[in-house]
Amino acid sequence: MNKYETVFILTPVLSDDQMKETVEKFKKVLTDNGCTIENEENWGLRKLAYPIENKNTGFYNLIEFEGEATIVDKLETAYRRDEKVIRFLTFRLDKYAAEYAVKRRAVRKAKQEERAAAEAAEKEAPVVAEAPAEAPENEEA
Amino acid sequence: MRPNNQGEIRYLTPLSVDTRKKKYCRFKRSGIKYIDYKDPEFLKKFLNEQGKILPRRITGTSLKFQRRVAKAVKRARHLALLPYVTDLMK
Repeated sequence: MNKYETVFILTPVLSDDQMKETVEKFKKVLTDNGCTIENEENWGLRKLAYPIENKNTGFYNLIEFEGEATIVDKLETAYRRDEKVIRFLTFRLDKYAAEYAVKRRAVRKAKQEERAAAEAAEKEAPVVAEAPAEAPENEEA
Repeated sequence: MRPNNQGEIRYLTPLSVDTRKKKYCRFKRSGIKYIDYKDPEFLKKFLNEQGKILPRRITGTSLKFQRRVAKAVKRARHLALLPYVTDLMK
């Protein structure tokens, strides 16, 4: 069993639902072949550094999974058969990369929670507005 | 006669003695073990204006990490996170 990371770029012409559907399809290819998916990230619509198939943007998706080496071939065949995929990259994580991946996941999760907390705080805007007003009083006391 | 003076070069300002800073490998120094291809902004430090990988001679990176930088840059290029060729990247 090895850890792998795969990134693929989907054409920007898809709708959000179509995009999610395609991602699900590839996840299914993985899970059907006895892989465990450890992490998945959707980077959204990004600008490409150079045009691929005359397109300047693409949906980036990343999946980290653990499985046997034979799965990579199957996954890449699935990528090649799908016209919606314009670029993909799959590689095995060495021990340093795996360490980094775990750390990165934790950082991303923390950031997400922070963002969620910030959003929640924004909704309760009056409470936030009151808080700074209280602070100077405490300093004076 | 002049011949005696010919080998002697005189400067108006005193020459600054060679005090170049020693180059070092930033990965070794800061303990980075894995170079991520997903961070193009970081990788740009190792590229020139045209997007070519800078030699070790200039960046001071150790051989081990130069290989890893090169690999990360090439992965980033494949995924269109970095350009293969460009002008005025920075």
